[in-house]
Amino acid sequence: MKTLAIVGLPNTGKSTFFNRITGASAKVGNWPGITVELYSARIILGAEAVEVVDLPGIYNLHGFSEDEKVARRFLEQTPLHLLAVIVNATQLDRQLGLALQAKELGIPMVLLVNMQDEARRLGIEIDRERLEAELDTPVVMMSAKHGAGLDDARRVLMERLHTARETRANPQVFERDDAIAARLDDLYNRTVTQPRNLSDGLTDRIDRVLLHPRFGLPLFFLAMLLVFEAVYTLGAPVQEGVAWLLGHAREMYLDEVTKHWGTAWRSFALDGAFDGAATVLSFVPIIVLFFVFMGILEDSGYLSRAAFLMDAFMSRLGLDGRAFVMQLMGFGCNVPALMGTRVMRSRGLRLLTMLMIPFSLCSARLQVFVFLTTAIFSPTVAPLVLFSLYVASFGAGFLTALLYRRGLRNTEPLLLELPPYRFPTGRQMLLRGWQETSHFLREAGPLIMLGVILVWFLTHYPFDAAPASAETLAGRIATVFAPVFQPIGIDSLLTVALLFGFVAKEVVLGALAVIYGVGQDNLASVVATRIDGIQAYSFMLFVLIYTPCLSTVAVLKQESRSWSFTALAIAWPLVLAWVVSFVFYRVATWIV
Amino acid sequence: MTLDQLEPGDFAFIIDVAAEPALRARIEAMGLRVGKEVKVIRRARAGGPLQVRVGLTDLIIRPVQARMIHVAATRGAPP
Repeated sequence: MKTLAIVGLPNTGKSTFFNRITGASAKVGNWPGITVELYSARIILGAEAVEVVDLPGIYNLHGFSEDEKVARRFLEQTPLHLLAVIVNATQLDRQLGLALQAKELGIPMVLLVNMQDEARRLGIEIDRERLEAELDTPVVMMSAKHGAGLDDARRVLMERLHTARETRANPQVFERDDAIAARLDDLYNRTVTQPRNLSDGLTDRIDRVLLHPRFGLPLFFLAMLLVFEAVYTLGAPVQEGVAWLLGHAREMYLDEVTKHWGTAWRSFALDGAFDGAATVLSFVPIIVLFFVFMGILEDSGYLSRAAFLMDAFMSRLGLDGRAFVMQLMGFGCNVPALMGTRVMRSRGLRLLTMLMIPFSLCSARLQVFVFLTTAIFSPTVAPLVLFSLYVASFGAGFLTALLYRRGLRNTEPLLLELPPYRFPTGRQMLLRGWQETSHFLREAGPLIMLGVILVWFLTHYPFDAAPASAETLAGRIATVFAPVFQPIGIDSLLTVALLFGFVAKEVVLGALAVIYGVGQDNLASVVATRIDGIQAYSFMLFVLIYTPCLSTVAVLKQESRSWSFTALAIAWPLVLAWVVSFVFYRVATWIV
Repeated sequence: MTLDQLEPGDFAFIIDVAAEPALRARIEAMGLRVGKEVKVIRRARAGGPLQVRVGLTDLIIRPVQARMIHVAATRGAPP
């Protein structure tokens, strides 16, 4: 087995190339001495079995941001047979610097000059043979996105791997990268000819509209609205389809199979294990669609523009414009929005964003709120109540960012490239959707299953009691916690509903129907007689803010890889929800 | 003067990058090196970031970091 590592600056098409040569076989894996998981794949190149590792994008070998340090540590500690350095053909004036530094490591190397189609369009001429001679390294021109030059790249990698010996990097190189500036200019001038006027006219023209001082922001919100609608309007029917299929499977097959099982086992199979699996699967369509559209935003270059437009506001919260995009996407579903924070490289910035996203009023909570507001408030007041919940949602998110921005400090300056506008390819986006989905199923899936089964147990044990009644564990917990929830107007029946809501917030409605012992159809009229407006609003504030749903918690863990952060992300919203509901309930009952 | 004092359309040469070494290395890797010419394309409203062009790269940079980059404005800059 030989080892090949791919390095390059961010936005050079490094991952596209990696996906091209490894197919969809990439897995996240652990490496000795490195805490972060890296994408790698085992492939056959010619007669060699090769482990290909995709390192995080780096600007230099020194390592400034956290994932740059990961790449550095990997290069320091792992003996390699070959290093493939990818550079963007249109930015050789600065990117060849990395090639010069990497060369000094002493590891056998190949230079892959990507995006040659763009360079050609701009009139940039690169003297490949000269570059090869100057660097004393094979150089391949290619376009990973469109597939041009890939065969050449494969052949050169194969040849080099065949003769390469396992080599450790020269440890002294990492600290001294200042000396290359002069050599970089020299190398560039000798190997690249660029036309005098180099700006990409089309991108400039589009930017003049999309980054317009007055219209830029409204256009940004319009674009967000369109993407949002596209993801969730297209996603909803697919989700319903999945739910319908699963419902049928349950009726046609599982009901039959479990017919003669004991009540407890049957309930476990149907309401515990099966519902757990169904919860996990219901996210798949949304995750695929989300990443297809995030792929469009990111690969087209618009996400960086969004950062430009929103930064003045978000930087005051210790965040940047991309955090705002994810917060907005969270209004559909928190789960993919959390996964989307991976575009941010600073860990502090990412965690702060991840702490804020669960406050976004997602479509599951919206179902509950629409139901309760129409059941309890008059048609003229109901829309205002709903609107105020949206305001509360943004408020809770921004407040959280303000309070935690010192603890979860963003250590990285906002220094983002604004790439030219590009058309993303369908292949790339689908591959990304597939990778993210399988990652979610493997990492978050088991945790979600476990949680659903736990809640099932709490609400069904002892098995001779009526589910969710006062005799079950859930009912007893509600009684114990009565002193906590009484002051905010939430009685023990509603407390049990909150417990159910932890599985998925839309379950609150079904739970209320079970708890009040009525069908979903009569629920509205029954609820209206049992709780008043103030209680209902306090309850809704609590449902909006309290502990994110189980799937969100599982993804918080998946993305942060930290139990203590996950605990914070569970506990802080609980505290905030209680305080907000308490203040509201006390003030409201005092006024009325 | 520093980069954040330039107006959209202005050209300038970078004469110093006054940041701690790791940040300086990052700024330089983005193409903002001593001796390079930079052009300010636009500024976001309300104290937001600047869009600058250096060589073949367009970047956004916050005023805080732009203040670390010392420049000499060039007049009659090339089109």
